[in-house]
Amino acid sequence: MALVSNAGRPTARPGERTAWFLVLPALLPILVLSVGPLLYGILLAFTDAQSGRTRSTQWIGGLNFQDLLHDTLFWESFRIGLVWAVGVTVPQFLLALGLALLLNQDLRMRWLARALAIVPWAMPEVVVGIMWRLVYNPDAGVLNETLRDLGLGDGRDWLSGLGTALPAVIVVGVWAGMPQTTVALLAGLQNTPRELHEAAAVDGAGAWRRFRTVTWPALRPIALAITALNLIWNFNSFALVYVLTSGGPGGRTRLPMLFAYEEAFRYGQFGYAAAMGCVMVAAISVLLALFLVGRLRGGDDA
Amino acid sequence: MRTRTGTRVGQYTALLAYLVFLAFPFLWLISTAFKSPRELGSLHPTWIPEHPTLDNFRQAFDEQPLLHAAFNSLLAAAGAALVAVVIATPLAYVMARQRGPLTRAATGWVVVSQAFPLVLVIIPLFLVLKNLRLIDSLVGLILVYVVWALPFSLWMLAGYVRAVPAELEEAAAVDGAGRLRTLVSVVAPLLMPGIVATALFAFVTAWNEFFFALVLLKTSDKQTLPVVLTHFIGAEGVADLGPLAAAAFLATLPSLVVFAVIQRRITGGMLTGAVKN
Repeated sequence: MALVSNAGRPTARPGERTAWFLVLPALLPILVLSVGPLLYGILLAFTDAQSGRTRSTQWIGGLNFQDLLHDTLFWESFRIGLVWAVGVTVPQFLLALGLALLLNQDLRMRWLARALAIVPWAMPEVVVGIMWRLVYNPDAGVLNETLRDLGLGDGRDWLSGLGTALPAVIVVGVWAGMPQTTVALLAGLQNTPRELHEAAAVDGAGAWRRFRTVTWPALRPIALAITALNLIWNFNSFALVYVLTSGGPGGRTRLPMLFAYEEAFRYGQFGYAAAMGCVMVAAISVLLALFLVGRLRGGDDA
Repeated sequence: MRTRTGTRVGQYTALLAYLVFLAFPFLWLISTAFKSPRELGSLHPTWIPEHPTLDNFRQAFDEQPLLHAAFNSLLAAAGAALVAVVIATPLAYVMARQRGPLTRAATGWVVVSQAFPLVLVIIPLFLVLKNLRLIDSLVGLILVYVVWALPFSLWMLAGYVRAVPAELEEAAAVDGAGRLRTLVSVVAPLLMPGIVATALFAFVTAWNEFFFALVLLKTSDKQTLPVVLTHFIGAEGVADLGPLAAAAFLATLPSLVVFAVIQRRITGGMLTGAVKN
């Protein structure tokens, strides 16, 4: 949402200077505890900073990045992170769009769906993780029991299977992130001009055509913004997978954030972990740039 | 007419599918929380517990210091929400009412801060807080939560400010009210519902937060609820399911209640900035 530029009301009193007493209380903490640390973090990536060491930290140039280049474990984790981010963001958007379109209709039980759609958003991520562990549990879980009832075999240990762990956590990611996307899209839908819809219907445009020519153009800015944000949030996600699998089995669900967390706070390699963080920022920036350029260009000929 | 009925049936079927998908994990959590150990060990778990029991809740409180953790969470979340809103409101006002380098910089920071992975945020913060002796302290955690809550607080509050007509302020100025006076007695009252909604949203976000709490809080009497919840899961991933479900269910209730209260305002506030172009 933050990516949609908002043309706020221009100042009502031109020429007036910014009142610093309004700005400073927030500006100081932002500078000291956010902007400063972010720059400090980027600098750390070029040092050999470690936790609990008495020798002073040395400036080592790009050595961390050279090491990182040959760190196959990290790149495997990076690949998993990309699969996870795209694998969660795309279904999340499609499912949320479907739900938002439904909720925008005059259906009974809509209030229930609206209320329920909020639940995953309100829940602590840790609880979402715990909850789905109960669902996926091989013996006491509802998923295997349902499969057994339907005669689809004995089920399996979803979160420990080498092949099933990543898809299983992706489903949880989709479930957990759907509400925010739905709410954003729904608000966008309610902003589309109803008269245009009716006019198109009178002209004999079918549902798909009405969606393409009336709904989608109005929805596009919000859809772009929320998808871009989802992509970032999902790539940087931590708590869900930490609780579900802690990165296992055999690193199959070790997202880059989990990798960097372990590097920093289990092995104390602050400098190296900061370098990983920098690579993640760079990757997400490139990914976003590609996504936005592609989408914006796609919009011109649509 | 026939196609219309067909569409309706399709729509309701889809809605039902969504309802099931959204609700079933939560219902299963509740169901597990009320099952006896014998039922949890059975090979054919049922949706409705055959002999509903509160034992899991009792055991959960015995095994982990849940009340103390809830108190820590409450302190951290309430402290962070309060401070964040108090310092964010004035800046949000400036961001909404003035255009200039400051507003651009602040907006830029709101956007950029979303792109940084938390690990790159926490390593330097960890070192800074260590020097200030604020590791393993709720004060340190609150500081981190405040800065972390600022981007969305600013975003939401700026949206609410824009909804307050600037003409009102001009009228107050014409009547001779000074700047501060206008803010305090004209803008603030109109903004109050938005401020409360933002504070509650910040509260829930901090109450639910896990990563910073995991890194910053070491001793168990300082830890917040989400961190303590993970202690129910053993080293090998083996967990006592009943107490785990019971504790997780209880930890969720405050978030659900607060969210139910602010739901409409939240969705409105987040989008006023984005939609009204």
